[in-house]
Amino acid sequence: MYNRRDFIKITSLGLGSAALATTFFDSTTASIFASQIDSTIKFSQTPTYCEVCFWKCAGWVTKNEEGEIWKVEGHKDDPHCNGRLCPRGTGGVGMYHDEDRLKKPLMRVEKDGKQTYVEVSWDEALDFIANKMTEIKEKYGPESMALFTHGSGGKFLGHLMKSYGSPHITAPSFAQCRGPREVAFYSTFGEGVYSPERTDIRDTRCLVLIGSHIGENMHNGQVQEMSEAIEKGATIITVDPRFSTAASKSKHWLPIKPATDLALLLAWTHVIINEGWYDKEYVEKYCFGFDQLKAHVQQYTPEWAYGVTTLEPKQIIETAREMAKAAPAVIVHPGRHVTWYGDDTQRLRAVAILNALLGSWGRRGGFYFPDKISIPSYPHPEYPKATKSYLDAMKGKYNLASEVISNGLCEVTVPSPERDWNIKGWIVNGTNLIHTLPDQKKTMEAIQSLELMVAIDTMPMEITGYADVVLPECTYLERYDAIRNSPHRDPVICLRMPAVEPKYDSKPDWWIAKELGEKLGLKEYFQYKDIEEMLDWQLKKVGSSLKEMQKIGVKTFKRKFDDLYLIDGQDFEFNTSTGKIELYSTELAAEGFDPLPSFTEHKQPPAGFYRLNYGRAPVHTFSRTANNPNLSAIMKENDLWVNPKVAKQWGLKNGQYVWLKNQDDIVSTFSIKVRVTERIRWDSVYMVHGFGHSEKNLSRAFGKGASDTELISNVKVDPIMGGTGMRENFVTFLTEDPKPKEEV
Amino acid sequence: MRYAMAIDTKKCVGCNDCVVACQIENKVPEGFCRDWVVEAVSGTYPNLELEYRSERCHHCANAPCVRCCPTGSSHIVEGGIVLVDHDKCIGCGACIASCPYDARYPHPDGYVDKCTFCIHKVRKGEQPACVSVCPTNCLYFGDLDDPNSEVSKKIKERKYKRLKTEAGTDPQLYFLI
Repeated sequence: MYNRRDFIKITSLGLGSAALATTFFDSTTASIFASQIDSTIKFSQTPTYCEVCFWKCAGWVTKNEEGEIWKVEGHKDDPHCNGRLCPRGTGGVGMYHDEDRLKKPLMRVEKDGKQTYVEVSWDEALDFIANKMTEIKEKYGPESMALFTHGSGGKFLGHLMKSYGSPHITAPSFAQCRGPREVAFYSTFGEGVYSPERTDIRDTRCLVLIGSHIGENMHNGQVQEMSEAIEKGATIITVDPRFSTAASKSKHWLPIKPATDLALLLAWTHVIINEGWYDKEYVEKYCFGFDQLKAHVQQYTPEWAYGVTTLEPKQIIETAREMAKAAPAVIVHPGRHVTWYGDDTQRLRAVAILNALLGSWGRRGGFYFPDKISIPSYPHPEYPKATKSYLDAMKGKYNLASEVISNGLCEVTVPSPERDWNIKGWIVNGTNLIHTLPDQKKTMEAIQSLELMVAIDTMPMEITGYADVVLPECTYLERYDAIRNSPHRDPVICLRMPAVEPKYDSKPDWWIAKELGEKLGLKEYFQYKDIEEMLDWQLKKVGSSLKEMQKIGVKTFKRKFDDLYLIDGQDFEFNTSTGKIELYSTELAAEGFDPLPSFTEHKQPPAGFYRLNYGRAPVHTFSRTANNPNLSAIMKENDLWVNPKVAKQWGLKNGQYVWLKNQDDIVSTFSIKVRVTERIRWDSVYMVHGFGHSEKNLSRAFGKGASDTELISNVKVDPIMGGTGMRENFVTFLTEDPKPKEEV
Repeated sequence: MRYAMAIDTKKCVGCNDCVVACQIENKVPEGFCRDWVVEAVSGTYPNLELEYRSERCHHCANAPCVRCCPTGSSHIVEGGIVLVDHDKCIGCGACIASCPYDARYPHPDGYVDKCTFCIHKVRKGEQPACVSVCPTNCLYFGDLDDPNSEVSKKIKERKYKRLKTEAGTDPQLYFLI
């Protein structure tokens, strides 16, 4: 291995030597269409569930006359989509057609003193990985391997990691996204919010969105239900410094000063308690710590909040009254990407508390109790017990993190005299860590310390260029995956099956995990012949079969209990240490944290700088869709929202390109187009996340727009669960490229 | 029979799913579109209004594109749907110039192309691709002559506007406001 891991441009042109390129595995013999598919089924339409974002809507894939994938449409029986996919899902076909896809396994070699990739066979690539992983296991212990994953492949690769002996499996969707809300809701209600969110939006009378831009964040079922609520005349209250799409649909838009949301939440709580607008019966029956909460929030008057948030007291009171009027059919939405300022668990605790006071948890139009069926794992020996955890190296921090935190694994990868071990190998699957993790310097340091890095993806991405081995994964339209059984009002399962053979020499993750597992001597953990055998075994256990699911795609089951909502007057024990909804959190208190949320002040931008806010566009997911031919046709670059006053001050014109410099003197690699708009406050700018790709082989996405992630160098880590607060970065404009021109 | 479309601007979130679905359904070449979304902002911060409008060919009852077409390729078929006969079209662009809604584009294969209300689906009793995909369910398509069609009901129940009525084209897209 090399001391310095350079970024290499992935190339699919014949750098592979004849010897290396010998194919041991004939991809045609490892056909994905194996024996078990019912030959009477015509393959013009096959069931799938979407992999473009992780709402995972079920759908049907239709092929054209040439037998190529033509379109994907929603499945009518699936409550995630009700027969209608979002633009991302509709454009999912682009993932299959994208000619920039990874095509062959690649390995890093040194040629004439320069690092480059050569094409190799699957057998060679997997042999190399297996040897290296065995070496790491022997030298440092299996816990020194880590898996970063996002998406369906994580199930199979996660099983491989656990069989190998490592507990270090992480998805950035926790510590970089929804983790604080899960921890906050667990500590309050003893249950999480989950995905899809258990919000009963279709029946709500008042939906409160605080920093959550549903409609731009295109989580399908949720957007559909919001639309239904609008039609039924529900009140929408949106808190956002930006006039978001949701704000434009709202009766009340509260243009809050950024970074002061907790002040508003506490003031609302103050008003609802002091005016007696809370659900007294509910609070008395189910809640713990009301008196402490009441005493605690006396300081947070609407008048106090006015000074902090710039929102007028009468607006705060009026919106609190709207919520109380609609209660319990009210939802103070928990949001999704909530890692903002490092006090996020506390802010989300305030959201949870507000919902509890309004009695919306477990009530129609509030939060329902979801159900799902459990699908047994295919029999395998017990996993070896891990003896080391990254948490040991964290010195007792983040004990309340309910999932492994990506940035924690990254930290434990960088050698430090304070730790007696560190992580030596990464498998990175479907998550472009360069655009996913903030503090890119730390990510790079970690990557440089690795002895093995494997990237598994459908596309060349920034992260794949740092890998020792790159494995081309086939798209979701070309593979089976695990049964989808996410929670919903009624338990529902969905099948994803291949519509066509994988293009090029790409393979599904289940196959990669099984082959690698066998090479690692873990055969007994993979005792099925292929995934069809495994799925059929699992489906028969729950009262279906692969044959049935291939025909129907989606199957709904009856709830075990009729308990979508709390039954009036009945006792209910919550999964907290007091058995009650904890307004006062005994769990947080036991860990030495504030049991009631308190306002903490956050930095405001210095003169000439603007807070960097970022978010979603309906047609793109993270940084993974920027090159999709169908989706980039709709939005090929992001733009920078600038208030007209600010634009005038800087002499910026609509459509002009600027570079951004942050408070730590980091300058954006690419320029971004200015969009002068009244829809943004004068103290912040906004851009859609996921652009500014530097990987040249992304022929559509390369150099288009700017990357917000590279400008996020100031990270406020949440002391409770390790989430990375990313909204305390400030940028200023550079109208000329400050970098000397060179070949990128 | 009079086909029309109603678009609920209160529900539309401007997600562009209609555009993606149309492009895939109708194999619209990259860089062109048969439908599109307009974002109209008015006011100054923080007193703002925003309207999204999913737009396409208005299938005008009095269609200037049909009147000005020198080869007769732009024509009207059942239910008032305006179509272009690709074989007859010489790509002269007169219809593009005459359309007040900029609904037509020159297809790289040498003819003019535009929204057909997905007539190939409608004839099979299905909805146009944009309508059947819309996640907010804000597009309604149907027969205005049928008082029980969803379009007729929506237009009766709700306030609406039509675009550029001063052009005298009698457009058949109704924007519910």
